[in-house]
Amino acid sequence: MPHAVSTGTTIVAVEYAGGVVIGADSRVSTGTYISNRASDKITPLSDNAFLLRSGSAADTQLVSDYVRHMVHQHESQLQRPIDVPTVANLVMQIGYNNKNALSAAAMLVAGYDAATRQGHVYAVPIGGTMVRQKYAIDGSGSIFIYGYCDSEYKDDMTREEAESFVAEAIALAMSTDGSSGGVVRLVTVNEDGIFRRLHAGDKSVPRFGEEKDVHKDLTDKANAMQT
Amino acid sequence: MQPSLPSHHPLLGPDTAILAAQQQSASASFFHNQRTNTAHQDANSNAVLAPASGAMPFTVAPPQAHAPFDAGALAFDAAITNAPPGAPNKHTTYPYVTGTSVLAIKYKDGIMMAADTLGAYGATKRYKSISRIVPAAPTTLVGAGGEISDFQYISKLLTELNDNDVIRDDGVVLKPREVFAYLQRVMYNRRNKFDPLWNSLVVGGVDQATGEAFLGTCSMIGVSYTDSHVATGFGNHLARPLFRNEQRDDMTEQEARALLEKALRVCYYRDKNSINKFVIGTVTKESGMKVSEPFSLSTEWGYDAFVHPTKHALGSW
Repeated sequence: MPHAVSTGTTIVAVEYAGGVVIGADSRVSTGTYISNRASDKITPLSDNAFLLRSGSAADTQLVSDYVRHMVHQHESQLQRPIDVPTVANLVMQIGYNNKNALSAAAMLVAGYDAATRQGHVYAVPIGGTMVRQKYAIDGSGSIFIYGYCDSEYKDDMTREEAESFVAEAIALAMSTDGSSGGVVRLVTVNEDGIFRRLHAGDKSVPRFGEEKDVHKDLTDKANAMQT
Repeated sequence: MQPSLPSHHPLLGPDTAILAAQQQSASASFFHNQRTNTAHQDANSNAVLAPASGAMPFTVAPPQAHAPFDAGALAFDAAITNAPPGAPNKHTTYPYVTGTSVLAIKYKDGIMMAADTLGAYGATKRYKSISRIVPAAPTTLVGAGGEISDFQYISKLLTELNDNDVIRDDGVVLKPREVFAYLQRVMYNRRNKFDPLWNSLVVGGVDQATGEAFLGTCSMIGVSYTDSHVATGFGNHLARPLFRNEQRDDMTEQEARALLEKALRVCYYRDKNSINKFVIGTVTKESGMKVSEPFSLSTEWGYDAFVHPTKHALGSW
């Protein structure tokens, strides 16, 4: 029986002094099969705002398509860049007005407004509530990092602190949630532009509680034990 | 440039509202919130009034490694999505992000209303800075428990209601009783369409003309009444008995505040979906309307029976 495609997911967005840092894992699963191990769940809605998608892959992709379309029309009418609260409101309207169909689309909206020099993070969970937060987490993996985030978050972080907060949070979630994994994609948005970074592979993504040494085969391991 | 919308827009719902709005104005209609649907009796609808407790089919459930995939957890409500155009919308069949009790009492100068600032996600205390008490008119506050997205929608309706009154600029402002009557009709009419706004509302304020205090409550099915003290949710069980014994219409502000804090503390002790972070809103004839900054209450855990609960009976609690 075919299973719906789900972005199991861990998504994190943080406002720091001067912009936002957003991050996501890259695992997409159909049932227990990983259909895409390198997906990009951070989707641009405008030049300055992003949608972080979790839950049903199809539903969130379509939401992003519709909102991107509406953003283009809005910017064309207003002849200026759209602001992040308006983008978040568009996402909320779709989430709220279609809540019975979108029972599996939980999203975060994050971006930077050059006009007001402010970063914004909005949570739009299932049901279409819209809540602005200093930082937000969502997706199946997020439940495992409530403790980490509550304990490590502080106001007015620098860009470097925010980036390592987000990367560490996602790595921890990926290590406990089977529906999250792959690579960690980070995007920083500030007055200087949009900066993407990728943490991939054994060297860059910390593992917790798994074998640290990667042995090629049993002989290698036996040799390692003898020295 | 007017977008041409199909007669059943996949996002914005059945055609009736869209076509009607299209005839009026172009761009403004694109996001037209539908407030009126064709009134069909949906004979198959049930569980609308089921209490929001226990088994809620959230998709963010703890992952189970070897459990078979549950398509039901991700399935949308096919009966609704496949319904023909013009069929009733069913928005909130169960709530997701919820607020708990709202308490309110009358006192000498007006009314006081209190609530915590939590938006719970099932049993997860998820959003800890939600405002559940909002101003609705110059001397009226509205507080809500229940689904937060529906309350955000109600807040928009109230803003529009007040904006229309301001635009009229006729020297008459909305009274609390009028806001209450409006919300009663909204809630009851939604209930009749089997598409409730999943909230319990408290409306409180002062009539500017007469100086009289007003306090009323309205449930998600439109049951409403006014009284000197009202509460929603757990507050009905924990706070109302305290209010019955101690509330008087001529209480001083300090007495009223003390009584509300006593009730809030009990609600925090005994309601699992609550946090120790509250706001109190007041409406008085002299100073008008204000909602406080969030604050916390002291709590007592040092009773000997708490420190040594098993002193007299090993294995007890």
